[in-house]
Amino acid sequence: MDIKKYMNKKSLLSLFAIVGLSLQQVMAQAAGVAEGVDKNAGLGMMVTYYLLMFLVVCVFIGIVGKVLQVYELTKQIQGKKNGIAWDKVNGVFFAIALVVGLYGAYWSYTVQGAQILPEAGSEHGSKIDSMFNVTLIITTIVFVITHILLFLFAYKYNYKKKRKAYFYPHNNTIEKYWTIIPAIVLTVLVLLGFFTWRGITNVSKDQMASAIQIDVTAHQFAWEVRYAGKDNENGRKNYKLIGSLNGLNNLGLDLSDKKNYDDLRVTEIVLPVNKSVRFTLGSQDVLHSFYMPHFRVQMNCVPGMATYFQFKPTVTTAEMREKTNDPNFNYLLYCAKICGGSHYNMKFAVRVVSEKEYESWFKEQKLYVTDDMKKEYQLAMKDNVVANDKNKIALNN
Amino acid sequence: MSTIAIPNSTAMHHDDHSHAHHKETFITKYIFSQDHKMIAKQFLITGIIMGVIAMGLSILFRIQLAYPDQSFPLLEVLLGKFAPEGRLDPNFYLSLVTIHGTIMVFFVLTAGLSGTFSNLLIPLQLGARDMASPFMNMLSYWFFFSACMLMLSTFFIESGPAGAGWTIYPPLSALPKAMPGSGLGMTFWLISMVLFVASSLMGGINYVSTVLNMRTKGMDLWKMPLTIWAFFLTAILGILSFPVLVAGVVLLIFDRSFGTSFYLSDIYIAGQAQANEGGSPILWQHLFWFLGHPEVYIVIMPALGISSEVIATNSRKPIFGYHAMVYSLIGITVLSFIVWGHHMFVTGMNPFIGGVFMITTLIIAVPSAVKTFNYLATLWRGNIRFTPAMLFAIGLVSFFISGGLTGIFLGNAALDINLHDTYFVVAHFHLVMGSAAIFGMLAGIYHWFPKMFGKMMNAKLGYLHFWLTFAAAYLVFFPMHFMGLDGVPRRYYAFTEFESMSRWLSVNKFITWAAILGATAQVAFLYNFFSSIFFGKKATQNPWDSNTLEWTTPVEHLHGNWPGEIPTVYRWPYDYSKPGHEEDFIPQTTPLSETMSSNLPHDFEGNEEAERIQEKWNVEHHNINSTEEVK
Repeated sequence: MDIKKYMNKKSLLSLFAIVGLSLQQVMAQAAGVAEGVDKNAGLGMMVTYYLLMFLVVCVFIGIVGKVLQVYELTKQIQGKKNGIAWDKVNGVFFAIALVVGLYGAYWSYTVQGAQILPEAGSEHGSKIDSMFNVTLIITTIVFVITHILLFLFAYKYNYKKKRKAYFYPHNNTIEKYWTIIPAIVLTVLVLLGFFTWRGITNVSKDQMASAIQIDVTAHQFAWEVRYAGKDNENGRKNYKLIGSLNGLNNLGLDLSDKKNYDDLRVTEIVLPVNKSVRFTLGSQDVLHSFYMPHFRVQMNCVPGMATYFQFKPTVTTAEMREKTNDPNFNYLLYCAKICGGSHYNMKFAVRVVSEKEYESWFKEQKLYVTDDMKKEYQLAMKDNVVANDKNKIALNN
Repeated sequence: MSTIAIPNSTAMHHDDHSHAHHKETFITKYIFSQDHKMIAKQFLITGIIMGVIAMGLSILFRIQLAYPDQSFPLLEVLLGKFAPEGRLDPNFYLSLVTIHGTIMVFFVLTAGLSGTFSNLLIPLQLGARDMASPFMNMLSYWFFFSACMLMLSTFFIESGPAGAGWTIYPPLSALPKAMPGSGLGMTFWLISMVLFVASSLMGGINYVSTVLNMRTKGMDLWKMPLTIWAFFLTAILGILSFPVLVAGVVLLIFDRSFGTSFYLSDIYIAGQAQANEGGSPILWQHLFWFLGHPEVYIVIMPALGISSEVIATNSRKPIFGYHAMVYSLIGITVLSFIVWGHHMFVTGMNPFIGGVFMITTLIIAVPSAVKTFNYLATLWRGNIRFTPAMLFAIGLVSFFISGGLTGIFLGNAALDINLHDTYFVVAHFHLVMGSAAIFGMLAGIYHWFPKMFGKMMNAKLGYLHFWLTFAAAYLVFFPMHFMGLDGVPRRYYAFTEFESMSRWLSVNKFITWAAILGATAQVAFLYNFFSSIFFGKKATQNPWDSNTLEWTTPVEHLHGNWPGEIPTVYRWPYDYSKPGHEEDFIPQTTPLSETMSSNLPHDFEGNEEAERIQEKWNVEHHNINSTEEVK
């Protein structure tokens, strides 16, 4: 390597000098900070401590390396073969890795697997769960078999000087089998998945109309939920009206649409068990994702485009508390699409109750369009008569 | 110095060349070099440095996830106002995640992997003096370097680096008011990406034209090593898909800076309704993933190519099903263009199209499965030499299986509803394209280090590096699957706000410490790599007893690769342990006439004259079918 030319003592020394100087400067700066703020006092010490600890580990590894080297050299001098047979050692490591790894995977499946979501609380969710279980079983079998083969081959066929590997460039029959079998298995999974997926997303017009209509608007960093009221239809919105009516119109409801007047404003999503609900999702600013994992429900909220998710909850919160043996269990809605600094904190409460409880809860909910809003709207409409052109601007405020 | 690669080798040319050799200055040799081997090294070392930086970023946000309520004064000293009171700022956390992903996917696993090994191996394994266009090759590196510098410089911007995730979905990335990370940092991110794509295209065009036009005599396509097939197909993928990303990025720049509405519609933010109407955020996702999905194959295919070569060489066996390996690479290449929608099942895309994408996605698992089985069959009854490269190649196969299998869950639209954007996804792609690709890259580094630097790396440190990294990678990513199955979303700054998530805190601590272990293990690699460049044991010409052409070049590099004529190729690259031959490898340059005792009927490819000569020889030597002997 010609670059060695540049690696003489002088340049190395100057490099060290530069590194040393800059380190000193950084330290001085850190010290400066430390002087200013008391809490940073022990910082330099701590960093030095960890660095030293790391160096000790490095030195230890270096010593082990040297010992091994000396051992191998003495073996060579004694005329024996190259000391440690590293091929064999690594082969044995693979065997150990196989046992430990499979046990680890088993442990993970049982211990951490016990911490995953409880069984689905919705009709389609149960289908997803059984689909998941089928896939899990198939993939686990493949995972275990291939790893046993991979690691055992590595263990068994490690290098021996006398042996020659088996020249086996191809075998069309075997290759056909292991192309066709995965293809068949995957076809089955694809078909199952395709029909499950269509079953969830392909909702007939009648089913749509009969479901409880709930309109969800996401924005940084909260959810606004609106129930459709008695007519079971949500009124029109227009993003240009957000903040109008003296700031009262937080959703941008278009009050010229009469359907808006019976819509309900809720602080908690309450759903009757065994009844279809249809969520219409939207966003005011960036993408959000409407995620209710216990129901196996997720759909993005997209500004400028309505998205939908219809499903039927089948387990009430109370039943789920019993099933999970967790008195604090609650269904949850949160955001799953990165949406800004407080993405991690967009919680909304969800409760599934019996039909009776739902009815009584429903009656207690307040209207979205309050009397104040109506007053403001009437005022704005008066202005509208006076100056028809300015109306849009007035509403936009 | 001569700036043009010498396409055909005559003694005359060669003489010219060696005269020119002396005039090389430091600048033309090490900085603005047009020699493919030097450019490969530049890509490699830049890639390694970027990799270390991105790994460091990941440790920072891992610390936040493990100790969300704890203050680390050191962080404030290092990061200033990005970590007030010694705790990461939530927006800066998102920036860290974003830049970690961007650097790892594009700068390390695309440029660092393809850039290094395509540049190094395409001319060397095909028998070419250099790339088709060395000047463009040099430009490719410097565009890449500028992209890296621009990306890193965003850490010195007041509003911080880009923070909308590596997929920078608008409107979040389009609206500076939505988060600080969508300010100037995002502008820089976009410019950096344009430079990067320019670099990648210049590289890709070079790779394709070199593979198609500059193979040495006898090197037909079916005699190319699988590495070259992989690099070739990867380059084609890149050429076809990267321009789409640039188109998307340019539209986003327009939306951000010139008031257009390609991706924006009906937005009310920071107390104001925006004027944009008629755009669609989904459009960005289509454009992004049209590159984004091929991109993951751009990342993994070179790694698969490298591991094919490394596994065959070190098992002392021909790769099993060479043709099947090539066809499955081609299958992956073609299919990877029609699966992008599986990233968008729940984005509001028409659900029927989602169903179609699901079908194409699961089909792509078939060629991947074939590759896996072929690796296993190659190891079977081999004579495995555990060089560090071989260890990493086996590690790759393991990650490729584990991560690939979870892809079957995510590719299924119905299952994706609940797994989308959770830690299950994080676990999946970190295994299948993160760990697997980085292991492919490390396998390549250990294997071709002697070719690059003329020195050997320390094998024992390599073993230590492998076992620690292998264990750490599984310890980090395996538990994440279960977090995902519990509905824990990715890109969360802290899990303290939800009771159901905070019970994963102990697991998060465990993962963080495993990640720190993995990161520390890389010190063994870095020390090994850099010290071996200068102080390593001198390499022999063919240290791994390999068949491919690069090992016929002299250890000392010279511009033009071979001192004399470029060798001719007579056979495929995988004649390892051929029965009837004394040694367990036969280089591609050995003519069939010198290996009469081991030739097999199909070696002659229907050449009747040659078959006749062989038959005559067989009769003369009473050659018994030699496969029996070996058993």
